[in-house]
Amino acid sequence: MTTDMQTRPTAPGAERGIVARYNTFMSRRSSLMPTLAAVAILIILLVAAQVRFDRFLSPGNLSALLLDNAYLVVLAVGMTFVILTGGIDLSVGSVMAFTGILSASLLSQQLPAIIVIPVMLLGGAAIGLMIGVLVQYFNVQPFIASLAGLFLARGLAFVVSLSSIRVEDPAVLWLQRTRFAFGGWYITPTGLIALAVVAIAFYVLHWTRFGRTVYAIGGSEQSARLMGLKVARTKILVYVISGVCGGVAGLLLTAYSGAGYPRNGIGTELDAIAAVVIGGTLLAGGTGYVLGSLVGVLVYGTIKKLISFMGAEQSWTQIIIGFLLLVFIVVQRVIVTRSQRRT
Amino acid sequence: MKKVLRHRLFWPIAALVTLIVVNTIVRPQFIVVSVRDGQLYGVLIDILRTSAPLMLVALGMTVVIATRGIDLSVGAIMAVSGAVALTIIDASSDPGSIGTVLLALVVALGVSLALGAWNGLLVSVAGIQPIIATLVLMLAGRGVALLITDGFITTVNSAPYSFIATGYLLFLPVAFLIALAAIVVVALAERRTALGVLTEAVGINPQASRLAGVRSRGIVFGAYLASGLLAGIAGVLYSANIRAADANAAGQFIELYAILAVVLGGTSLMGGKFTIAGTVVGVLIIQTLDKTILFLGVPPAQSPVFFAVVVIVVVVLQSPRLHKWIRDLTSKRAPRANDSQPGTPVGTQNKVEVAS
Amino acid sequence: MPADTEVPPVVEMTGVTIRFPGVLALDDVALTLRPGEVHSLMGENGAGKSTLIKALTGVYSIDAGTIRVAGADRVFETTADAQAAGISTVYQEVNLAPNLSVGENVMLGQEIRRAGTIDWKAVHRAAAEHLENLGQDIDTRSILSSHSIAVQQLVAISRAMVLDAKVLILDEPTSSLDRHEVEQLFTVIRTLRDRGVAILFVSHFLDQVYEISDRITVLRNGRLVGEYLARDLPRGQLVTKMIGRELDELAALATVSERIIDRTGAPVLKATNVGRRGVLEPADLDVYPGEVVGLAGLLGSGRTELVRLLYGADRADSGQIEMKGEPVKVTTPRHAIENRIAFSSENRREEGIIADLTVGENIVLGIQARRGALHKIPRGEQDAIVSEYIAALGVRPADPNQLAGNLSGGNQQKVLLGRWLATAPELIVLDEPTRGIDVGAKADIQRKVAELSAQGLAVIFISSELEEVLRLAQRVVVMRDRRRIGELDSSRTDLDGLIDYIADGGEGNAA
Repeated sequence: MTTDMQTRPTAPGAERGIVARYNTFMSRRSSLMPTLAAVAILIILLVAAQVRFDRFLSPGNLSALLLDNAYLVVLAVGMTFVILTGGIDLSVGSVMAFTGILSASLLSQQLPAIIVIPVMLLGGAAIGLMIGVLVQYFNVQPFIASLAGLFLARGLAFVVSLSSIRVEDPAVLWLQRTRFAFGGWYITPTGLIALAVVAIAFYVLHWTRFGRTVYAIGGSEQSARLMGLKVARTKILVYVISGVCGGVAGLLLTAYSGAGYPRNGIGTELDAIAAVVIGGTLLAGGTGYVLGSLVGVLVYGTIKKLISFMGAEQSWTQIIIGFLLLVFIVVQRVIVTRSQRRT
Repeated sequence: MKKVLRHRLFWPIAALVTLIVVNTIVRPQFIVVSVRDGQLYGVLIDILRTSAPLMLVALGMTVVIATRGIDLSVGAIMAVSGAVALTIIDASSDPGSIGTVLLALVVALGVSLALGAWNGLLVSVAGIQPIIATLVLMLAGRGVALLITDGFITTVNSAPYSFIATGYLLFLPVAFLIALAAIVVVALAERRTALGVLTEAVGINPQASRLAGVRSRGIVFGAYLASGLLAGIAGVLYSANIRAADANAAGQFIELYAILAVVLGGTSLMGGKFTIAGTVVGVLIIQTLDKTILFLGVPPAQSPVFFAVVVIVVVVLQSPRLHKWIRDLTSKRAPRANDSQPGTPVGTQNKVEVAS
Repeated sequence: MPADTEVPPVVEMTGVTIRFPGVLALDDVALTLRPGEVHSLMGENGAGKSTLIKALTGVYSIDAGTIRVAGADRVFETTADAQAAGISTVYQEVNLAPNLSVGENVMLGQEIRRAGTIDWKAVHRAAAEHLENLGQDIDTRSILSSHSIAVQQLVAISRAMVLDAKVLILDEPTSSLDRHEVEQLFTVIRTLRDRGVAILFVSHFLDQVYEISDRITVLRNGRLVGEYLARDLPRGQLVTKMIGRELDELAALATVSERIIDRTGAPVLKATNVGRRGVLEPADLDVYPGEVVGLAGLLGSGRTELVRLLYGADRADSGQIEMKGEPVKVTTPRHAIENRIAFSSENRREEGIIADLTVGENIVLGIQARRGALHKIPRGEQDAIVSEYIAALGVRPADPNQLAGNLSGGNQQKVLLGRWLATAPELIVLDEPTRGIDVGAKADIQRKVAELSAQGLAVIFISSELEEVLRLAQRVVVMRDRRRIGELDSSRTDLDGLIDYIADGGEGNAA
């Protein structure tokens, strides 16, 4: 004997159509709403830009939109993992700079790229591991633990070199200089790497137990523990992932600028956090999509480009992003309070 | 003796003294203070002077942290404050007049107060998490500062303004006197009035405070207001020191050092009981450490590594797991596998609520 | 139907003892769970129910005694151990991931995978099957949080079945459910029982316990009172066993309840139809000057909920409040304090004492908060007030600079009482002021309450110790299952009469 437990009783006939489908959609995918909002904002921005500047939506410009911000895409992906568990990682900009200058320095000493690149990734992973252990085993707040990571990485960057180092290694330069073009569109290997990172993250988060554990921890860490999930391991791993992404971003940025520079990425972690939040991931954890973070980065990039097109100061970018972030946070807060009142 | 050891300022002061002693052994002129033209000179005096901006910011941060909050925007507020002050001085017909400087100060501090109020509103009224609320200003604030200065590093030549940062009064650097005044004002405000106790109550147990009738909202709002104002003064000091408004460099990372100072001084990041004296010692430790690193010949840009180590050591020492390890090592009884306080379940940080 | 005693029990706890610093939480307790039976664990606050369950689920380790599961001795060091032994728990807050889908929650950790990749179709199919086994038809792709608590609980129970539980512990499952949802839950419970699962049902709703249980175990003060067949234990007896009789040390105070109260003027407080959806059915309450009104009922009957609404600690959706004949708005604690109402919460630790502040600071907190942050009460005045109350209430150690968190429960309660009395209220609400404190402190506090009411203070007094209520109150308002069911004149009632009334009396009693 089945008991109908649907929370909305279906009235005969009339409700079966659109209303019922909408209800089902909302009960299954309501967490998509913030990300859809981000997509909407992106579209509005692009359309408005095209109206204002005829050539904005050219294939060349749009390709550049992704490639100029490839490093931020990768950072945002790593940050998404961390924020999904309810944590935060302030070290990513510094890790990017550290691994970047480290690679430049090693390359300039004639080490081959095939050794240097894994070293970069390991460096990022090591710092991420340190942060993860502090958070999980020593109960340090993620904010403070990643702060220590920030200090460490930034200082180490300057230990490697006080000034920028040019990169001449052909393998690394190839990553940026090569273009695969079709029509007016083009993409470089760095762009492909960024997209690959997004794709891998997408797969991991939605099709592996590890990824689902990440979401579960964000939903309720205590419940995840009681359900027997491997919480400790997962929490440490997300910081390692973020660190590795920092390393990948370091590679992309080094290839892009042709040099390592210890002053890179100051404040970039904030841009990454903003992109992730704008992309629809809740800072409380448990809700969000890595594709949303990609959209968030594109929003960031579009605003930056728009402002340069308008000939205005670049500082407007930061102000607008800050403002957007605020709007998203306030809306998130309203949604959360409203759902709390219901239960 | 035990009382001295247990006093919560013991370890911070001991650390500071150790630093000074070690420095003096290596470089005896470390503690030498000389008088010239009615002004005190020496490494120690220099530390007092350069610590002023961090001291001001850390004071504000202490009060905010006591309410279980945090203020990440202090660096940005510093930048805005400096930009506003310098723009006014630069635009005036007589940059060297005291009137202009006073006007610049009033407007700059007014703007800082407004920014603090903005943070306060977001946290106490809109109920937004402090990290996020102040993150917004941290992002946008520097952009605003850059706009005010049109992206340039505005420089001015104004004697009264520079005096604030580099001048002397009664043998001591003006900057230090300003910081000292702020310490006294904040300490008096917190301890002479009931603000301190009520702030602690709100930080220790927000529910109980609410039921006891404490005006939590006002207290939290006031904390961010104070933090903003103090950051504004720090911004003025910084720009007066370099005689310029550098919107990017002003207060860079200062929020992190301020938080570190608060933690070193013994105030817990979880909120509640706070100590102004502890923060003061914490700031002095950081500045002394900074100078030590400098004298070791380490390029200043690499000093963050040392501070990272300090942060890690401090938080590990404060962590409950370390205390548990020490307890297990020193206790005679073999630890039970899931030994815990009543109400603290095995392997979980949070309580598992079961009806009693 | 109680299980055949020939069938071996699936869980046998014997001689279980658990000691915490200063407290013997469980003393030689036994519990037996049999397959195919619903077994209820009953006891008031502090009886040891939750401690016993935590021992069974691996949260606490036991200091003495044995736990046997399916005939084998087990030692549980973690919650995972207990789960592996086939013991599953559905907690009051439904410990699942609210942001994931129903199907995913059911199968979380046991997802069907092919080479590391989750096969979502298979996962949802398996989840739907498990839900169907319990007679549920839920869209497995919907997000858990889009469903009511009732449904979420059923999902949690399904998950327990995925893990092949032999024992299912349901901890206060019906607290947030309405009548219809409770029936559905019970249908599911009976289905599982008929399949041979042993079910441990923890609830303080007497009616429900009798509806669903085969057997009842009663604990009191950490000791086992006994195990009974539900059909052999009348309600009155059950309540008596839970509450027990205690030595009456304060017979001298018996005259308090006989004092004549002048009820001709306006009551200090008159609440009409005050209620909050899902929390309390609209109820009336009035208190006259110098009167002590007791609120009696079992845990969960709604006593605390009612007074919290009167104090503005929670917001009422219905009803109104009058103070001395004038309607007032009380939606926040500040309003209450302005109207001279004081409230001492039952949750002393989380809602009363500010642990890291001193005794003195705790006592003056109420009056200081009222005076505002800027006007600090002068040191001299503070010291005078603090020492007055320390002496009057007998706070030990009599040191105003001692941290309040270090005091014993009884002394903390006295400090809280001091805080409230210092605000010179006209009405004071005391919620379980004597719970968990030593006998001496209990006597002190009861004596103080009697004294204050004789001086004209109106008091609302909540206590699970019914002798206390009868001793101090002139009237006793009785509540059950979140409703006010009636009122008794305490000078004309004795303990047995009150117990019977709580169990069966008033409107809405189940014969």
